[in-house]
Parts: sequence; C-alpha cells; structure tokens
Amino acid sequence: MSFTRRDTLLMAMGTAFAVAVPFKAFADVDADIKAFTGGAEMGSEGITLIAPEIAENGNTVPIEVDAPGAVSILVLATGNPTPAVGTFNFGALSGAQTASTRIRLAGTQDVVAIAKMPDGSFVRASQAVKVTIGGCGG
Amino acid sequence: MAENVKPRIRVPRDAAAGETITIKTLISHPMESGQRKDSDGNKIPRSIINRFTCTFNGESVIDVTLEPAISTNPFLEFQAVVPEAGTFEFIWYDDDGDVYKETKDIAIK
Repeated sequence: MSFTRRDTLLMAMGTAFAVAVPFKAFADVDADIKAFTGGAEMGSEGITLIAPEIAENGNTVPIEVDAPGAVSILVLATGNPTPAVGTFNFGALSGAQTASTRIRLAGTQDVVAIAKMPDGSFVRASQAVKVTIGGCGG
Repeated sequence: MAENVKPRIRVPRDAAAGETITIKTLISHPMESGQRKDSDGNKIPRSIINRFTCTFNGESVIDVTLEPAISTNPFLEFQAVVPEAGTFEFIWYDDDGDVYKETKDIAIK
C-alpha cells in the first residue's frame, strides 16, 4: 500500500487533532487532582477501583472504590467534559472505606480514584473503561 | 423543583452491636447534567443532587459530594458500624435548595 501526498496530509491533520483535543481535558483533571492533593506525591498501594472494562451504556456505569483506612476518596472521569465525579468523605462510623455508585462516562477513557489517608499521604488507582454509547447526551 | 423525588433505602432490621452493615440508597432524581440540549438547541440547565450525608445517632457515617457525572437516580452503597440501637438519618441536598430527609431505625439483636 502506498500513501499519496493527500493521504499523508490528512493523516497528519488527524493526528494533530487527536493530540490537541485531550490536552484541554487533561489540564482540568490535573487542576482537580491538585486541588485535592495539593500537588503531593501519590502511591499506588492500598486502593482498589473496580469498574467494568467495557461499558455498553455510558449513562450508567457501576463503579466501586475501596481504600481501607482512607479519610476521603475522589473519583475522576478523565475524558468527561467536567472530570469530577464525586468525593466520598468517610465519617467515624463508616464500617469500611468502600462505596459503590453509578456514573456517567462521555466515552472511552480512564477513571481515576485518589484516596487521602489519615497520615496525609495519597494513593491513586485508575482503570480504563471502554464505552460503546456515551452518556452525556448531545 | 425536581418532581417525584422518592428516596429508597435498604438497611437491615437488626444487627449485632459493633457489626458492620451494608446500606444501599437510591433516590429518583433526573440529575440533569447541564450538558444536554433540548430539541431547539438550548442548554437544559443543571439540576442535580449535589450532596448526600448519612449519620447514625448524630455521628457521621459518610458525606458524599455528587457531581453531574453521577447517573440519573443516584445509587449509593456503603458500610456503617452499628455500636448501639438507634436511627440512621439520610439527607440529600438538591441544587434548587430542596432537602430530602429520610430516617431508618435499627435494633440490636
């Protein structure tokens, strides 16, 4: 298979577009993470994020976060127009620092969970979810 | 004002003292994200439940901040320790200022 000049130009434009678009979303994600952690380093042990690998319907994707001992857990959908999904703050009577809910995903993306530990450290887990039908209307 | 908002909660009827129980809650609410457009192309304004809290005899169990990315009819499942007989209080805070309250009693086996 040979590439004509037109093909090459089109491909280059497509690549540039694909690279440029997620950058804006990533900037929002970074800002959200920084607001939560204050820019601290994050470990990866001690947090579990359970999300389906393939979600047929982006309108309702079941997720579960579990971080034993955590004070609070922040959940972000990195590819959504607004990445924040929710923050779970655990009180004195929470039996286990685990919670499940259902979230909306605009398209195939990584879901990120960051837990704040009582000693002030942070741990992070992420899971890629393939979405067949996006959940933001439009 | 959101219509037909109805909380549903599942809490066990009784538990051993100090036992950890699972609580499931669901509240019917459209959770309009503010991203969608109606047939004329106008944005439908955001209208969601932005906060949920659960307390047991006045002590906090969980306090959740909800964003537009939470699905319609927000469902939450979490765990609570039951040190004594008492009452769980569940509160949902709507964007429009409404507050939906529900309580459930639990006995000790």
